[in-house]
Amino acid sequence: MLTLHIQYFAILREQRGLAQEKLTTTAATPAALYDELRARHAFTLTGDRIRAAVNDTFVDATTPLREGDRVVFIPPVAGG
Amino acid sequence: MFKISAQAVDVAALQATLADARAGACVTFEGWVRVRNEGQAVHALEYEAYAPLAESEGERILAEARAKYEIVAARAVHRVGHLQLGELAVWVGVTAEHRGAAFDACRYIIDEAKARLPIWKKEHYASGTTAWINCATRGEHGAASPPP
Repeated sequence: MLTLHIQYFAILREQRGLAQEKLTTTAATPAALYDELRARHAFTLTGDRIRAAVNDTFVDATTPLREGDRVVFIPPVAGG
Repeated sequence: MFKISAQAVDVAALQATLADARAGACVTFEGWVRVRNEGQAVHALEYEAYAPLAESEGERILAEARAKYEIVAARAVHRVGHLQLGELAVWVGVTAEHRGAAFDACRYIIDEAKARLPIWKKEHYASGTTAWINCATRGEHGAASPPP
């Protein structure tokens, strides 16, 4: 089990109803964690449309998570 | 320098930081909030950023532009928060000895910034609906969510 810090932005923040949380999970990768959270909170975006960042760096969604990581899921972007 | 700013951008002050006797060209790009997007009348919009990563990825884009093109300097600022019609949402400034590199680098920076930075835009329509751009899911056909 890992304890992680999750930060939510934009559509995910609205659908989750908060901007950050600390949680304990058996998910070992960002992809698995997103699937778990999507099932729990009914996020509309599927995992294939989300990128992941850990500790303020983009990561592959299959990168192993470590205790205390700060995880951000990045919905499709729209700057400019 | 790539900055995420919650305050209105002071374009004159930014451009002044680019002053350099080696530069024979300065190309700037301004992205403004416009009234119409994909057929809907926009009333205002809201930008949200994951600032630490947006700034580090923005710096990476500026470094790529410096490596790819013969430029002297490049800077950019992207707004977050609530913006009204006509407000400046993004500014890019590039200097170079010659105009070709300045134009090319400016175009590269804004295109990459739009595609890569963790920044999101929520449009508020005159009809009272809102939508997170690019985040529609199948079945919504890109349509706005109903008013609350």
